[in-house]
Amino acid sequence: MVMADTAVTPFDMGTFGSRTTPIMAAQLRKVAAAARELLVDLAAGRWGVDRSALVAQAAAVAHPPTGRTAGYGELSKGQKLVKAIGDDVPTAPAERWTVAGQSVPKVNGREVVTGRHQYTSDMNRPGMVYGRVLRAPSVGAALVSVDTRAAAEAIGAVHAEWKPTPQPSGAELFDYLRKNPTDAQGESARSGYTAGSVESGRAAAATRLDATYTVAYIAHVPLEPRAAVAEWQDGALTVWTGTQRPFGVRTELAEAFRVPEEKVRVVVPDTGSGYGGKHTGEAAIEAARLAKAAGRPVKVAWTREEEFTWAYFRPAGVIDVKSGASPDGKLTAWEFHNYNSGASGIRTPYDVPHQKIEFHATRYPLRQGSYRGLAATANHFARESHMDELAHAIGLDPLDLRLTNLSDARLRAVLQAAAERFGWGKTKATPERGFGLACGVEKGGYVATCAEVAIARPSGEVKVTRAVTAFECGAIVNPDHLRNQVEGAVVMGLGGALFEAVQFEAGEVSNPKLSLYRVPRFSDAPLLETVLLDRKDLPSAGAGETPIVALAPAVAGALFTATGVRRRSLPLAPKGISA
Amino acid sequence: MPIDLIVNGTRRRLEADPQRSLLTVLREDLELTGAKYGCGEGQCGACTVLIEGQATRSCLTKLGALAGKSVTTIEGLETGGQLHPLQQAFLDAGAMQCGYCTAGMIVAGASLLRRNPDPEEPAIRKALEGNVCRCGTYTRIVAAVRAAAATGTRTTRG
Repeated sequence: MVMADTAVTPFDMGTFGSRTTPIMAAQLRKVAAAARELLVDLAAGRWGVDRSALVAQAAAVAHPPTGRTAGYGELSKGQKLVKAIGDDVPTAPAERWTVAGQSVPKVNGREVVTGRHQYTSDMNRPGMVYGRVLRAPSVGAALVSVDTRAAAEAIGAVHAEWKPTPQPSGAELFDYLRKNPTDAQGESARSGYTAGSVESGRAAAATRLDATYTVAYIAHVPLEPRAAVAEWQDGALTVWTGTQRPFGVRTELAEAFRVPEEKVRVVVPDTGSGYGGKHTGEAAIEAARLAKAAGRPVKVAWTREEEFTWAYFRPAGVIDVKSGASPDGKLTAWEFHNYNSGASGIRTPYDVPHQKIEFHATRYPLRQGSYRGLAATANHFARESHMDELAHAIGLDPLDLRLTNLSDARLRAVLQAAAERFGWGKTKATPERGFGLACGVEKGGYVATCAEVAIARPSGEVKVTRAVTAFECGAIVNPDHLRNQVEGAVVMGLGGALFEAVQFEAGEVSNPKLSLYRVPRFSDAPLLETVLLDRKDLPSAGAGETPIVALAPAVAGALFTATGVRRRSLPLAPKGISA
Repeated sequence: MPIDLIVNGTRRRLEADPQRSLLTVLREDLELTGAKYGCGEGQCGACTVLIEGQATRSCLTKLGALAGKSVTTIEGLETGGQLHPLQQAFLDAGAMQCGYCTAGMIVAGASLLRRNPDPEEPAIRKALEGNVCRCGTYTRIVAAVRAAAATGTRTTRG
């Protein structure tokens, strides 16, 4: 199977948005089913038998009445089988899956554990040389002068003078986002929702709450920084690069070099992860430009510092929430404004008669873009934290408040499954140990997370000690890989929840190294328990993103039950806690 | 001055700048690309190799310091088509996602098992703390190292 090569694969948009399982896999299943029917036709023709007497399974077509059998390869004999595939191709429903639904191991696992698996940064081409790029020290700095004579020696030896422009710093970030509105574009602009009148809902409420939540910029930190190898031949360009959007990068390259897209081929070797951070073609364009100048293949592999400084980040944001609830915990009003971080997951799944929900685009100080789950993490953090605050204000258990306002059966199911496995409500919080829960629905996946945190005294060091995640995304395609995605999302999520943040001063990132930017390590990994709900009656949704969204609010809730102090900013405890 | 060292059991004579890092020499001169660049400051462990059996960050190790030493990379752990027990354990536990950290994890784990053939979970976590898996498969990696220890084959070359 060939994947992610613009010269030989159909346009598939890319690997993002949890699209692979619901969209690409469904299409591949149709293609495979159509190919099976073609092979059956070939066997029927060869043997002169009725196709209805043929059985295709285990990579062969068999004719049970005569005992004849022929492998797929034997039938196709290397010829290209071409067929237009309509919507009427019969595919097996989940109840009758034989391969899908099983925990099939990673196909190239052996290459990975032996070190033979090739990523872009491992590639070599005949005559290839290495390229480096001299970059500005801060956002918006302009090149005044450069002496390139030393470039032959090392990029670090090149002397350049830069003129900085005034840029915001981290300390003024949230103020800046509020004060610099712009017009929202595309889907974000249509994400708003209004129902009833928030004013009348608030007036009718017995409990009213207003709170503001913030999230910091965080970095994807893919372990393989951006890399690309570019090669020109007779005016045509081939680039190998670890991107999530090969077709998008092809467009970028065609525009950058003013050549038709047919002259550009983008091939994606496996990528040392992306998490939404590799949608773009920076390294590809750099390698292609240098290859053109050098007249030979060029590899550009970003350093960790370049990745931390000149890639893009998960957007920072400010979220204002106003709510109202009746004495029995029924929500009467919900107003929610997100500034800059994004519109994904902005709607509430709870039943509220009076709502106003809005995303506000703003100018922003650092380059920002996609990240696992997009803004759903920020919006879930604000919404679910606020639900906890309402529960506390009314005097209800956080689980009960949610169930009181939730009629979505799929979401109730994961919430109850997580609470049951966790033993929600069975242990009382202490100053050293707290418990929190949160839930949500995003991109067709339903998630609930219960978290336990431990606070070391007197150091105030915080550790998530246990996380129970219940997840439901329709019919499960590969249970072990699904479990792996859920576990990975929780571990990645706890970095952004507890301690990850990009720091910057006047447009310059001040912690652009792994020694300065903390990511989750072995000692941070909690006891992970994953409850998977398999709904064979429902179409499969993706799972790479949504399991991340409930972790941060669950941890925030756990910290509150231990300390009595509500933390409304991500990261929650970058230096532990003193209270 | 050429530098002699033993790489995966084979004596190699290298005519290379002694100031270059072992990682770039392995990857660019010897075409052993299993060890990866991840940070360049010894913080992520993706470049881990064994030097005289000890897990070492090849990105911070100068070639000139290695004369006469024995270096084992991920490519050298498999013997005669037989995977090292840790390699097999990583496969069995599905202890990977993107796979970019895997070589460093396995090599660091091999170094641990040489010193301590039957480590408990806390010892495994401690030994691997300097290795980052950004995909977050830590729990599976710990399980894989435990499983490899249980298989009883604990020898590594190097």
